[in-house]
Amino acid sequence: MATVRIPPVLRPKTGGQPEVEAAGGDVGEVLRSLTDAYPETAEQLFGPDGELNRYVNVYLNDEDVRVLDGLSTAVKDGDTVVILPAMAGGAR
Amino acid sequence: MASGAEQVRVVEEIEPFEAAQEIEAGDVVLIDTREPHEYQDAHLEGGKLVPPGLLADEIAAAAPDKSARTILYCRTGNRSYKAAEQLQELGYENVASMAGGIVAWQEQGLPVVSTSGLTPEQRDRYSRHILLPEVGVDGQLKMLNAKVLLLGAGGLGAPTALYLAAAGIGTIGLVDDDVVDASNLQRQVIHNTERVGMPKTESARLTIEALNPDVKVIEHQGRMTADNILDIIGDYDVIVDGADNFPTRYLLNDASVRLRKPVVSASILSFDGQISTFVPYEGPCYRCLYPTPPPAELAPSCSANGVLGAMAGTMGLLQANEVLKLVMGIGEPLIGRLLLFEALSTRFTELKVRRDPECPICGENAPEIPESEMGKFPDYELFCAG
Repeated sequence: MATVRIPPVLRPKTGGQPEVEAAGGDVGEVLRSLTDAYPETAEQLFGPDGELNRYVNVYLNDEDVRVLDGLSTAVKDGDTVVILPAMAGGAR
Repeated sequence: MASGAEQVRVVEEIEPFEAAQEIEAGDVVLIDTREPHEYQDAHLEGGKLVPPGLLADEIAAAAPDKSARTILYCRTGNRSYKAAEQLQELGYENVASMAGGIVAWQEQGLPVVSTSGLTPEQRDRYSRHILLPEVGVDGQLKMLNAKVLLLGAGGLGAPTALYLAAAGIGTIGLVDDDVVDASNLQRQVIHNTERVGMPKTESARLTIEALNPDVKVIEHQGRMTADNILDIIGDYDVIVDGADNFPTRYLLNDASVRLRKPVVSASILSFDGQISTFVPYEGPCYRCLYPTPPPAELAPSCSANGVLGAMAGTMGLLQANEVLKLVMGIGEPLIGRLLLFEALSTRFTELKVRRDPECPICGENAPEIPESEMGKFPDYELFCAG
């Protein structure tokens, strides 16, 4: 099992949980386990083509999966998958 | 002014204001008869250091003409009086000692200079910086000479500006088009209750000026747009991005890469913050990290959301910390690293950010921007539908 870190904007879709345990042999499978358990997260993670949306960054531990093997990047037990959309808050 | 050549060689004493007039008029040899460390702290402009113990050996080099008008000073006037007596014995004909020394001189508001480049007041004010070997006088001078622009004088900008001002960043620019609202005061600690309704740039300037008179504040009241951004940021050494919307963040990124300005960029939402430092071509840029902005429903900055004040302050001070390191050239800034802070769990997470070779702004194939295209930007407003 891997731990998926949920960003604040997605937490309403995971019952408020900041972390979710999810199974899978690669990043894509882990994220599919997440969207199976919390279907509302799906449309914000994946586009209609099944690829990750461009505005969502996904990290395996501390490395961006874009510089690894993308959704095919292998995941070991105890790894952490971080979902990170851009945030713009600051001034107001 | 000269006492003449009486038989009894009493030393002439003059008041600081008289000395100042003579120095102003010129043709005066000015001798500082104190120890080197005192001289370094503060001395009169043009004063030549001749410590009392070295007077006999060094005076000939400092004051070769024994007939020239020679004014001596020390801290309070005692050492210079004795030194003047010695000079008269050595044949100097027109010597005076400044009564009250540099202490009286300064009490009368007359100017001093410091070898170190810092005034005595600055050495005192910044003593806890100067004591740090990594900072020292050199680092403090870099801060005093630095120009830092803050985008937003709000949740992030308010704490950042306060600490940059206290640290002695010499010029702080503030871009904000908003006025202080009572709902800001839970986190925007540079403003206060009496200033509700006042432009934020003005309120921040008042607080900074009261905190540290060394800081010059430049107010840019209004919004940063594609039309004015290059003019605004061009004069600054470091830019701090605390903007509340994506169009401004992308605009700032593209302009700062063009002008090669480092940007310290943080964002905050509810209990969570993130921060990174973007130094063009040395590390990734904001677009390498976030190639495209999220749609409005995933960009809650476009609507009202809660935020924990102490978390905003934490992120604002992390920004200040980055700026001070960049200005002094010390430590390891957050280049190529994204730091996440979760206030609820008090957890920091560090992620790697790589330069994207395909980045349309700083990537290998990004087009060179010709001079004629500088300052022209796509319509960033389309990004944020909310």
